[in-house]
Amino acid sequence: MSRNLSVNVEFLTRVEGHGHIVVDVAEGVLKTCQLQIVEAPRFFEAMLQGRSIFEAQHITSRICGICACGHSLASIQAAEAAIGFTPSEQTLKLRKLLLHMENLDSHVLHIYLLAAPDLLGVKSFMGLMKDHADAVRRALRMKKACNDVCDILVGRHVHPISCVVGGFTMLPGPKELEAMHALLLQVREDLAPTVALAATLEFPEFERQTEYVGLISDDGEYPLLSGDVGSTDGVRKAKEDYRAITNEFLLPHSSAKHARLSRSSYMVGALARFNLNHDKLHPKAKETAAAVGLKPLCTNPYLNTAAQLVECAHCTEEAIAIIEDLMDRGVDPSEAVIVGINENHSIPVQAGSGVGAVEVPRGILFHHYQVDEQGIIQEANCVIPTGQNLQNIEDDMHKLVPELLDRSDEEITLALEMLVRAYDPCISCSTHFLEVDIVR
Amino acid sequence: MGRPKVAFFDLSCCEGCQLQVANLGEDLLDVLELIDLVEFREVMSEKWEGRYDLAIVEGSVVNDESEQRVRQIRDRCNVLIAYGSCATIGGVNGMKNRRPIEESQAAVYGDKTDWFPATKTRTVDQVVKVDYYIHGCPIYPPEFIKVLKAALAGLSYPVPDFAVCVECKFNENVCMYDKGVTCLGPITRAGCNSWCINAGNVCYGCRGMVSNPNRNGAEDVLRRYDLNPELIANKMMMYNAAKESTDE
Repeated sequence: MSRNLSVNVEFLTRVEGHGHIVVDVAEGVLKTCQLQIVEAPRFFEAMLQGRSIFEAQHITSRICGICACGHSLASIQAAEAAIGFTPSEQTLKLRKLLLHMENLDSHVLHIYLLAAPDLLGVKSFMGLMKDHADAVRRALRMKKACNDVCDILVGRHVHPISCVVGGFTMLPGPKELEAMHALLLQVREDLAPTVALAATLEFPEFERQTEYVGLISDDGEYPLLSGDVGSTDGVRKAKEDYRAITNEFLLPHSSAKHARLSRSSYMVGALARFNLNHDKLHPKAKETAAAVGLKPLCTNPYLNTAAQLVECAHCTEEAIAIIEDLMDRGVDPSEAVIVGINENHSIPVQAGSGVGAVEVPRGILFHHYQVDEQGIIQEANCVIPTGQNLQNIEDDMHKLVPELLDRSDEEITLALEMLVRAYDPCISCSTHFLEVDIVR
Repeated sequence: MGRPKVAFFDLSCCEGCQLQVANLGEDLLDVLELIDLVEFREVMSEKWEGRYDLAIVEGSVVNDESEQRVRQIRDRCNVLIAYGSCATIGGVNGMKNRRPIEESQAAVYGDKTDWFPATKTRTVDQVVKVDYYIHGCPIYPPEFIKVLKAALAGLSYPVPDFAVCVECKFNENVCMYDKGVTCLGPITRAGCNSWCINAGNVCYGCRGMVSNPNRNGAEDVLRRYDLNPELIANKMMMYNAAKESTDE
């Protein structure tokens, strides 16, 4: 077949920033297949050097507006490990609640506002307003509810205020717990029609064997905030050995670093977590998986969106359970902390190195800090999920393009956009993909 | 006359401020009834080739490409709103200006720094004229609505030029200094309703300093706590470094 194809999709990404999809086929042979990341670097790791470890959460939260709570949690975990601080049981419970809200909020946004328009054949949620106004209103209502819960729990969702090294600077009382509970019951109600809508969607068919990486553990809990790092190829390492998991490397076409483990690439995110830990999901989440036809081991990356929906059910139920538990036991208000940059020496500090590994919406996120005995950051390193997925996306594209060469340019471009979008690399990049330039 | 054409843009930032707008939830739909939203990557893919009545720009200028983009936006719009600390004062992006850019590049990219060019961080108004400012990291949604209304009506919006402490007192918070920690409220512009202190944390100065900050006084107070002066300077420069590094 002497097909020539040149796809050049320009887009902007959120954290990793500006990028393009570039595909070149000459005489039926795939020459180039890249996801180019051309964002100007922001140098967070360099900015952190010489600063107080007690500022790390505030600063690294600003890496990403969507994952601000996830970055905060990874940062705090790494910082506390570095200085040798052990958080209380109540603190850990509230952090789990925050992480559930983060994953739920982000997944709802991706499923409804990013993935659904493609699957329903419109350009954006503005197009959905015509035939699916109820769904748009439901999506915005669910997002608002997640947002409102975060307002109550940590002051706000974008760059949370009260979750810091040492604990929380503000704690919910009975009234606040009641309010969060009511909001989550409403989310639970809105999830049923969401699942019903998702069950009608047809996801593209595509399979490619790869390695799935995420947190794993020996207890019965679906691991999001603690555990070792494992893979479907049987790798298991302590989070402190994350560099032996990510094996980051640089390529000239991407200012975001790439990653690989046992194969040429690996995948992180909701689908990876589902493949690794499906047996630990809440029963309601298992029901959701059955309703949308998601079964382990799933090797269709387009179904990452379906796995996100499954996690929505899990996070909602687990968040409700945590709140009900806190309502029963009560929250101890005396645990509220006043930390600042620890000028009041409320938190003992020792020199050390610490790693945080947290399952945020797009996959496993690592933060690593080294501090001196004053708690001043000597070295900092963040490994972001989207970066870890880049090589896997390119490998998918390499297999996908030859399978689609009998289709039109438009169909191929859309299939590639939807593929990248399924990884939910970030909100803005995904919608911007639609600026497409095809040259024959 | 049709509804005003409004577009949202982002330069180098976390895009959390546009998320704050998207997070208005169903209220967003009410805002949409007043304007003709022609570009907003966060929630739509449609593109507009004409002139913007109002361009709302987030993020800092950090390379030649973003400088060119913001100049193009300015050329195509009647009114420009800079929103979020990255756009208005440089924000956390400015911290990298405190050391040579080559050092930061080497720290992140080792010997591959040539692959990823970067410049010092600049605010939007260090490159083009800005008509309205919405400070904050992230922006405070009620202030966003207030400025949007003013801009649409052609009225001016004076940014509060008094300290966060004023709002903090109204909110009846116990002063963070009385709790033994330092807070940038005394030298930081109000307008956020003392958001962070209400939630038990300190003010990090994300809205920028008041126009006549009593810096010496503030440093005296800080010194009383026998703190490492470098830590304090760091703290004051978390958001303001881009302004300082070019004003000096």
